[in-house]
Amino acid sequence: MDRTQPEGPSRRHVIGAAAGIAAVPAVGSAAETGRAAQSDASGKVDMTLTVNGQARRAMLDVRTSLLDALREHLDLTGSKKGCDQGQCGACTVHVDGERVLSCLILAVSVQGRRITTIEGLAEAGGRLHPMQQAFIDQDGFQCGYCTPGQILSAIACVNEGHAGSDDEIREYMSGNLCRCAAYPKIVAAIKQARPQMAVSPGTPAKVGQV
Amino acid sequence: MRPFAYDRAETTALAARHPTAQGQTDAKVQFLAGGTTLLDLMKLDVLRPERVVDITPLKARHSGIEVGPDGLRLGGLAAMAAVADHPAVKRDYPAIAEALQLAASPQLRNMATLGGNVLQRTRCPYYRDPSWAACNKRTPGSGCAAIGGFNRQHAVLGVSERCIAQYPGDFAVALAALDAEVELVGPGGARRISILDLHTGSDRPHIEHSLRPGEVIVGFRVPAAPWARRSTYLKIRDRQSYEFAIASAAVALDLDGGVVRHARIGLGGMAYKPWRAKAAEAALVGKPLTEDTATAAARLALEGAVGHGHNDYKVELGRRTVVRALLAASATEV
Repeated sequence: MDRTQPEGPSRRHVIGAAAGIAAVPAVGSAAETGRAAQSDASGKVDMTLTVNGQARRAMLDVRTSLLDALREHLDLTGSKKGCDQGQCGACTVHVDGERVLSCLILAVSVQGRRITTIEGLAEAGGRLHPMQQAFIDQDGFQCGYCTPGQILSAIACVNEGHAGSDDEIREYMSGNLCRCAAYPKIVAAIKQARPQMAVSPGTPAKVGQV
Repeated sequence: MRPFAYDRAETTALAARHPTAQGQTDAKVQFLAGGTTLLDLMKLDVLRPERVVDITPLKARHSGIEVGPDGLRLGGLAAMAAVADHPAVKRDYPAIAEALQLAASPQLRNMATLGGNVLQRTRCPYYRDPSWAACNKRTPGSGCAAIGGFNRQHAVLGVSERCIAQYPGDFAVALAALDAEVELVGPGGARRISILDLHTGSDRPHIEHSLRPGEVIVGFRVPAAPWARRSTYLKIRDRQSYEFAIASAAVALDLDGGVVRHARIGLGGMAYKPWRAKAAEAALVGKPLTEDTATAAARLALEGAVGHGHNDYKVELGRRTVVRALLAASATEV
């Protein structure tokens, strides 16, 4: 695990991260409650998030969602905020290879987990992930706002084995809404990328797999 | 979102030290697992905990899926997606797998735990919007804005003049049909209760379930039964995918040459809590499963249903859902 701060007893001494509220009775001794977030006087927490293979450290309010941490504090604005209520899928990222909604995750709770965003899909040399290329080739978007979430979700859809037919793709992509209604082309893009991801494990196609 | 203190509990013993009141909207301490309900309702300012205790470390010990001769045992912190995709669950307890697979979206199913899912709160728009003062679930004694309001999605079974909120989940409906038990661990030790005793009634809408302070759902047990393989979950909704039920039925049948030996019927989307239609089950025993006998059973299943205007359609829709589910289960190859 790539962390900028050592794990261990030195971090096992603070209970909770209060964000400037009336005291709530803390429970148990500090050591027993285990690793918690460490807050400073302003109620902020020193967090380390592992994003696209890099350890990123920031002082954030404990309420900060993973989505806001990425967009507002780590300059990774590829993940989009649509509804901010877990309904549209625009904020989809991978945590430990699984697709999740970053708007309904507290950043503090995913320290030490492997977070992958749209910025982490292409190779260092700029070669796109097969799913990114497929969205371009098949014209799988119009305004593009839902696209990062669609692509992260689409990669997971293939990796999970849920891209076997058009109907199955539609069902397993139903958590990503597209207001421009590019749906038929998104299905086509997934079908284009699917065999490329299958035949080239170990290439960037593997990004997002467990 | 209001400020809160964040804690993590690495074990159930540590979780048990927190005086949670999970089922109450005004609870000061809440457990956080998948977060898909809790954080949503905190953003909406419906839930206002002062302390959030992250119990995801319990996943390490409480997310197993075991299918054995005695039945199915599911860890309380297993992800919905993991159970929905499990080959043995799909084969031996199809109603469980189908109820989970038809719920929410793939992302939410990866996040949400089984224990959190059964405790999912109502989608009543008046509950979810604190600008409506009248909501007995949020503020006891304040009234119910849904009665006389827009109540197309609301419940027709188990409702009272205090609350007509719909229980929105699917998995708990399948658990109800299959006689499941809930395993709890808390300050008083471990105990098991019937899934039918987990959710409490609409007479006291501000209390959602019977969990005691500090108790965590660590698992579910579904007993092995001759009807489990011939089970199915039928979900009726306004769109084909990623939508809550307006009516649903989990049914299981044990047939002897077309004659019903045992039947199990759970109802969702139209009831205040996960609902079991025992009178309808009893009416089927000893009879051939036909459209006529299924229709008679469905009439019993919806007996006592009360509509409030926009949701009157659910009484007939509910009956038809039961009939279709029964016929589908009887036609299943097992």
